[in-house]
Parts: sequence; structure tokens; C-alpha cells
Amino acid sequence: MPPRESTGQATITVEHLSPELTRGLYRDMRTARDLDTEAIALQRQGVFPAYVSVRGQEAAQVGGAAALDPTRDFVFPTYREMAAALAYGVEMVGYMATHRALWHGGLYDVMDSRFGAVNAVVGGPVPHAVGWAVGERLRGGQGVAMAYFGDGASSEGDVHEAMNFAGVFTAPVIFFCQNNQWALSVPNHRQVAGGSIAARAQGYGIEGVLVDGNDVGAVHTATAEAVRRAREGGGPTVIEALTYRVEPHSTSDDPGRYRNEAEADRWRERDPLTLLRAAMIEAGHADEDHLDRIDAESAKRAEEIRDGVAEAAEPHGSELFTHVFRETTEDLTRQHRTWQEEVEL
Amino acid sequence: MTELIERAAAPGTEGETVELSMQQAINRALRVLLDEDPEVLVFGEDVGALGGVFRVTDGLQKEFGEQRVFDTPLAESAIMGMAVGLAMNGWRPVPELQFDGFAYPAIDQIVNQVARMNYRTRGAAPMPITLRLPSFGGIQAPEHHGESLEALFAHTPGLKVAAPSDPAEAYSLLLQSVRSDDPVVYMEPKARYWDRRPVRLSEPTDPIGTSRIVRPGRHATLVAWGAMVHKCVQVAELAAEDGVELEVLDLRWLKPIDAAGLAASVSRTKRAVVVHEAPLTAGLGAEVATLITDGCFRDLAAPVQRVTGFDVPYPAGPLESQYLPTIDRVLLAVQRTLEY
Repeated sequence: MPPRESTGQATITVEHLSPELTRGLYRDMRTARDLDTEAIALQRQGVFPAYVSVRGQEAAQVGGAAALDPTRDFVFPTYREMAAALAYGVEMVGYMATHRALWHGGLYDVMDSRFGAVNAVVGGPVPHAVGWAVGERLRGGQGVAMAYFGDGASSEGDVHEAMNFAGVFTAPVIFFCQNNQWALSVPNHRQVAGGSIAARAQGYGIEGVLVDGNDVGAVHTATAEAVRRAREGGGPTVIEALTYRVEPHSTSDDPGRYRNEAEADRWRERDPLTLLRAAMIEAGHADEDHLDRIDAESAKRAEEIRDGVAEAAEPHGSELFTHVFRETTEDLTRQHRTWQEEVEL
Repeated sequence: MTELIERAAAPGTEGETVELSMQQAINRALRVLLDEDPEVLVFGEDVGALGGVFRVTDGLQKEFGEQRVFDTPLAESAIMGMAVGLAMNGWRPVPELQFDGFAYPAIDQIVNQVARMNYRTRGAAPMPITLRLPSFGGIQAPEHHGESLEALFAHTPGLKVAAPSDPAEAYSLLLQSVRSDDPVVYMEPKARYWDRRPVRLSEPTDPIGTSRIVRPGRHATLVAWGAMVHKCVQVAELAAEDGVELEVLDLRWLKPIDAAGLAASVSRTKRAVVVHEAPLTAGLGAEVATLITDGCFRDLAAPVQRVTGFDVPYPAGPLESQYLPTIDRVLLAVQRTLEY
């Protein structure tokens, strides 16, 4: 049973995974961690107006996303899925552009990436995943839809509606809940009646799995099993990855007002990267030198992404009007013209 | 009401002119669309075996199969959310929400997702979704079955809004809406579902966003959409007996609105009365009045009049006819504008 509280100590095992896979997981988690650190720094420097950290959730995100096939699956994120995007192969300068507020949905191509636009309506994209999955079945494809949401979003009606639809249509969709135990300032016991999101799956007649979200091997295995079931026509799965939001909700938040930071500190010690590193050495998947080399490569890549997003061009003002419609209207063309005249003054 | 609901499967072949009710005309258009484009999907509550509560989708499941025409569980938000996901997987969804008032539970998906996804993704994920929404009042239905949401939808960037007034218009506008790569809210005036008229089963000719003159006249223009168009024609017929020639303009596209068509008509007649079922305040009539004023201010002989529902929740049966614009109220407004 995954722990709800951290004692600050733990071990995981990755012996059931291949060395190649664990090295890839480590690389993506490390890169996401470094990029997260860079992003917080960019916010402090005023380059990002705000940022939402994924620190501590790298295993939950990378372990799940790495079990998908980016050539045929489709991911529906909300707004705290940076590590998942990275592991899935999304173009990360374009992804991080959302945090620089260059474009709400991000600047990556969602259809080429097969990774939906950053979406701030928590729960809102969950029925999209079901629709995509139903459409995939209709066309006879083997793809699986992955919907990310959190413990807060689990309270949204859309999440219930989506799970019910998925059950009725036996849709190939995975409902991946990262339960980081804090929906902004509200803890699980004030948010999740019954205490378990995974347990709700039973009510929809679908599989529900509770997994240690800081154990990347366990997350990967649970997700791979859900993917296999979905591809084979076995329908949806709810995965609840129990983890912890060690950072504030966003850079605008003040957790001192609502939680005891000693609790967060104990979770920082139960760090998914530390756990993975020790497990890889224990399993003989890599030695310290190898991991140090991955660390150096990851830091370099994170810096490149950081520089890329910091230097990215701002969208041109005319883009206000460009994508409202496929076939624009005379009205909007007139407003575009008025805007043009105003900026040319 | 049940005796009025007839089977919608309709006679006639492409190019012919046949007499159809509006529900039959919509059914007919759906058949054309399902037939011509294998990506078109029709879904919603009770649209399958039952054929919809108004029988608009009658026979479609049988003809096109349970994969193309299917029932969903009863949850409006998920129906629209599902449409988004289907569109992202290359389909052309035509969801139905059973009644206007039940679009409110789906507003988040419609406004925050459907309307914005093309914008949010900078054109990567278009939303060729047509929401079929039985709309407006006039059938003495229970609460939430007689609402007019056009101002809300027209106010939402990224949506287009259509409201046909008769069977021929219903046929053409639906073909255009579904073939459009932009999301369209297609508001079906349920009070006119059983109105039978000749429909030419041919391709639409007028572009999206154009209005049409239903009846020409020279003393004032009545502007309406949906079921109010028929009411305005009745008003015009009565007024004609007194020698007053009213022009009736069917707006039919509520976004984009045909500002040029409005100005062209009113600059000739010099007077305008806008008629809608929705409440007065911040209703679409205010937008129409402004467009007319902007478009032909110097030609206006009187302020634009509005005849609308009242600023009250939509009432129950016996009060419905007192809430909706009546012939007398429209005639009084005509008198006000003529005597101004």
C-alpha cells in the first residue's frame, strides 16, 4: 500500500525493468527536475509571470508518459504536466512558452506531438480524452488516450461524467490522477470523500489502481498494464498515483498559511529521483559515473530549453485575430483593421 | 404534443422540391451529411432508437448504423467534451443537446473548450462541431425547455450561431453548419418543427452570415430569427390590410450578423423593429439596434424599437403566450415607430 505520509525514508526496486528503460526514466526525471529549477529561477527573474512546479511529481509523470506510444496514443494534460510532456517527446521550448505566457496553450503543435494543449480548466480535458478514445475505437485504431488530472480535479463533475462515459463505451482511456495531496490549499481529507480516487473506478465497472507515485517503476508498470488492457479492448483504467506537491501550488502561493512545512520536508527526503538513483545502483542498471554523466547531460538540456524559451519571440499582435475561426468573419476582419490602425498611430 | 410528432423520414430526391416539416428537413439534411462524409457522427441523448424527442434523428441509426448515430449517457457537459475529443481524432461531430436549458450544464465545455480550441492550439486542432440545440419557446413545455441562449453564444468568441425559421432554411443552414470547419450552434425553433413548407433539396447558395428578406415592404423593417420570423410575417399580413407595408428580414445567422443586409433594408424603410423571444436586457436585439444605427443612422426616421420577452425567467404554460412577443405588441411597436 503506497504511503500517504512520508517518514523521510524509503527504497524502491527497479529490478523488474530493463536497464535501458530505467536509464531513460532517470534521464527524463533529471531533466524535468533541472528544468523545473530553471523555471522557478526564470520566474524570480521576471521572465515568467508565474510558474507551477512539478517537483516531487517527476516519477508519477515520467513513469506514466514513458509507458505510452507517442506515435499512436494521445495525451490530454492540464497545466502541471511538464515532466510528462518531456518524457512524451513534446518540443519543450514550445511547451514552456505557456509559462512565459506567450500563448495560453503553449507553442508546440498539439496534433504533431499528440499531446493536447495546456488547459487550465482542471477536469475539462478529461471528457476530451474519452471522446478521442471513442473515436479511436470507431476508426479501428489501437491508440490509447491518457487524461491527466489531480486530486482537486477529481471533485469536478466532468471527471465523473467522463469516467461514466468511458465505462459505458468501453473506451481505451487511462484516467491518470496525480494525487499530490494538496489542491492548492485544501488537503485530501477536505477534498476526496471516501479517501480514494482509484476506489471510485469500481463504481464505474472499470479497473482502479492505487500506486506509489514516487516509485517510477511501479508507476510505469501500472500504466503499461493499463495501456495493454486498453489496446486489447479491455476498456479504461483509473490510476491514482499517490505523491506530494513539495513546492507551493504556484510561485504566487504561500503554503505557510495552510500547511506544516515539516511534512513537505519529509516528502522532499522521499524524493523520487533519489529513490530511483539508489534503486538503479542496487539493481546494477548504472553506476555513479554513468548517472553523473546523465546528470550533466540533463542539466545542459534544461539550460538549452531555458535559454530557448527566454529568447523566444513574442507573438505578433495580429495573432489576436488569426485563429479565432477557420473561416474568419467580416466583423472580425473589421476589428482586426481597427486594431491595425490603432497600433500604427 | 405527441400527435404532432410524426415520423421524420421524408420523401424526395436531390434536386426535387418536396413539402417537408422542419423536423423532416433537418432529418433530411442529416442524412445528406452522414451520406456524403464518413467522418460525420450524430450523437446525444435518445437520438438512436427513439430518433430524438422531436424525432429529428428518426431512422438515422437504422440507416447509418450504431457507430455513426449513437446514444450517450445523460450528461451534457460530457457530450460536448466528447465532441472535442472526437474532433481531435478527425471526426466531424454533430451532437444534440435535448433542450436549450440543458445547454447550461455544458457551457464550460462549449465556451471554454469548443469555442477556443482552434485558437488555443493556433489552428492545429480545429473544432468542426455543430451543436444541434432545440431552442426557444412556444410549446408549453416544462421549465428549461423554452430558453433563448443566442446572446450568450453570439457573445462567445469562436462560435458561429444559426437559427433557421422554416424547413427550407433549416435544410440549407444545417448543411452549411456541419460542413463548416468552425463550431456552430444551430438553434432549432421547436415551435416550428411541424410547420410544413416546400423545400428544394439542393445545395445552399447564400454564404454563411447573410440574412434574407422574407417579405419586402417599404414602411418599416421587422428583424427576427427562428420562430419570430413567422410571427413577423403574420404581423406584416395584418398591417398590409391597413396599407402599411412591412419588410420582414430573417437574420438567420446570429453570428456573424449581416450588418450590411440590415443597413440595406433599413436605409430603404427608415424604421426598424427587432423582435426576439429572449429577455430584453443585453439581448441580441440591442446588438441589432446598434448595427442598424451604425449602418444607416442618417436614414433613420425613428429609434430602433425592440419587442422581446420580459426580463423574467421563462414562464409556465398559461403565461407563455403573455411572455412571448405577441402580434399586438409587435403592431404597437410598428405604430410607435411610424408615429415617431
